[in-house]
Amino acid sequence: MDDLLKESDFVVLAVDLTPETTGLISHRELSLISQQHWSTSAENSAPCFKDFTLVMPAVAVGNVGQLAVDLMVSTLNMSRVGYMHTDCIIPMAGNNPYATCKEDVKELHTPAEVYTAAELKLAVLQIRAPIIQTKSKKFRQLLVSWIKASGFSRTVVLSSSHAYQRDDQQLQGTPLRYVVTPSLLKGSVDALKELGWRELERVAPFPGLTDANTEPCLYIPGGGITKGLYTDSCAEDLPLAVLLLFCSEGDNIPDAFTLVNHLNDWLHLLDTPSQKPNQWKIPTSWSLLFDPGLPNRC
Amino acid sequence: MATFFGEVLSVCSRAVEEDDEDLLEENEEDEQIRRELEEKREVHLHWSPEVSESLKSGSKLQCSDFILAVGHNAARFLSVHVLTSANWDAVGHASVWNERSRAATGQTSEECVFYRQKDNPSVLICQVTCYVAEDQLFQWTEKVFDCLQHRELNVTVLSDSTVAEYKRADYVSCSSAPFLRSLHSGAFTGQPVCQSLEQPNIVTGLSAAVLNHCEVHRIAAVVYQCYSDVIGLDSVTMETYKPALTKLGKSIQLDPSPSTDVLRKFVRNTNIQSNLYI
Repeated sequence: MDDLLKESDFVVLAVDLTPETTGLISHRELSLISQQHWSTSAENSAPCFKDFTLVMPAVAVGNVGQLAVDLMVSTLNMSRVGYMHTDCIIPMAGNNPYATCKEDVKELHTPAEVYTAAELKLAVLQIRAPIIQTKSKKFRQLLVSWIKASGFSRTVVLSSSHAYQRDDQQLQGTPLRYVVTPSLLKGSVDALKELGWRELERVAPFPGLTDANTEPCLYIPGGGITKGLYTDSCAEDLPLAVLLLFCSEGDNIPDAFTLVNHLNDWLHLLDTPSQKPNQWKIPTSWSLLFDPGLPNRC
Repeated sequence: MATFFGEVLSVCSRAVEEDDEDLLEENEEDEQIRRELEEKREVHLHWSPEVSESLKSGSKLQCSDFILAVGHNAARFLSVHVLTSANWDAVGHASVWNERSRAATGQTSEECVFYRQKDNPSVLICQVTCYVAEDQLFQWTEKVFDCLQHRELNVTVLSDSTVAEYKRADYVSCSSAPFLRSLHSGAFTGQPVCQSLEQPNIVTGLSAAVLNHCEVHRIAAVVYQCYSDVIGLDSVTMETYKPALTKLGKSIQLDPSPSTDVLRKFVRNTNIQSNLYI
């Protein structure tokens, strides 16, 4: 029966309730159903994401998107509602990265988890490990089908791109860029205009060559699955926005603050839209992140 | 990355591979090579005739305790303290091929072996000393746990790590290596024998894959990660694992003081190599 369950998306149980059939389908059996996909934890009934905004990071240069999502989860006290169990992500495990007191420290956390703040109609997918390169296409498909099935009103991908690969025009002004799919643009033209953000410039595929046949294309070096996810979303008519920052590897905490503050200007997650960085709560897992903790030489 | 002094260092990204461009324009031959490589990298389990027979008939391995040792010290700890003291049968092995495998395929069979106790077949031991690549971890775990009966299953993972990977605020006062840290799944109700792994430290590799699987399938699992400052086999590091298994006292016999001959057999080789002044 286990093999059958693993391949099933739906299971209809039609038996008399007798001592023999009691417990026929328990947690274990339920967890076998579509185990490559999305599970939600037992204590909650399946969360409803209808009309929620999904924010997710792209594993990209400097891990800026992931750090920004960490700030959101820890500041907004979001609750964990599910996780993603897939072979596309490199396994890792750790204790609660957002622990606030001694009681909630020992709580196992996995590489990809979903958090929500119901009052804000906000869901967040945190990805804590790199995506296996040969499986990035499969991972994108998995994401797109989940986003579609969950009925999110819009998806925001927080990402970054190599600062050293900017062209001349991109060097000037703010390092923040955005791209939106046509489906999202329809409803958000005014909001985006008001924010005054800069759209990511499309670049010539062969710089220096003037060929009428080549169209300028989207180029996000170091952005991981960002470009693929955007292209897939365009094809699937998903409302999706990419918010990215040009940056380099190093101590990327300031970059994370910049990105999450920009997101806040749009989504109004925090009441005070000030640019003060200290309104975001740094999670405990960030200790020793970029500072190795080595004693200073005198 | 430009440093304080102005020189430019090429820094590998923590997050992304260099050539993350789409592999759209690959031809048929590329695709075939890729497919063949993928097939070659698949994890295969080989069970003894008796076990594979019962797996074929649909009944999974009845298992109350599954003890997994990842790394040389953890594996040899079991060899020295457990596998010598009772009657153990090798019931199978997993073969894993990847970029770190040696050319000879025969060698892999000794690096990931399953043992079962003769008089108490519900205890299963697995020693893994080979490298399981990142893309194989999930598959290895799925395949192994697919053969085990999940009800009432307790998983204990012993895993090697180096103290260099352990992050803490006060390095100076850290002289206690080797030491144990634990991490357990939500379904685990017992009391771990040591301190819990502190953030920002995490567990990766096979022990993380097993923990993820157990968390999702609500299996009780605990990982004991040993942070050691010795490279290679070392009897002091091996001792560190002792409390982890004494907890399982009822189902597993631990040989508290193995004969020095047995120990010497395993440790001798590395001692000679690590001595600079032969």
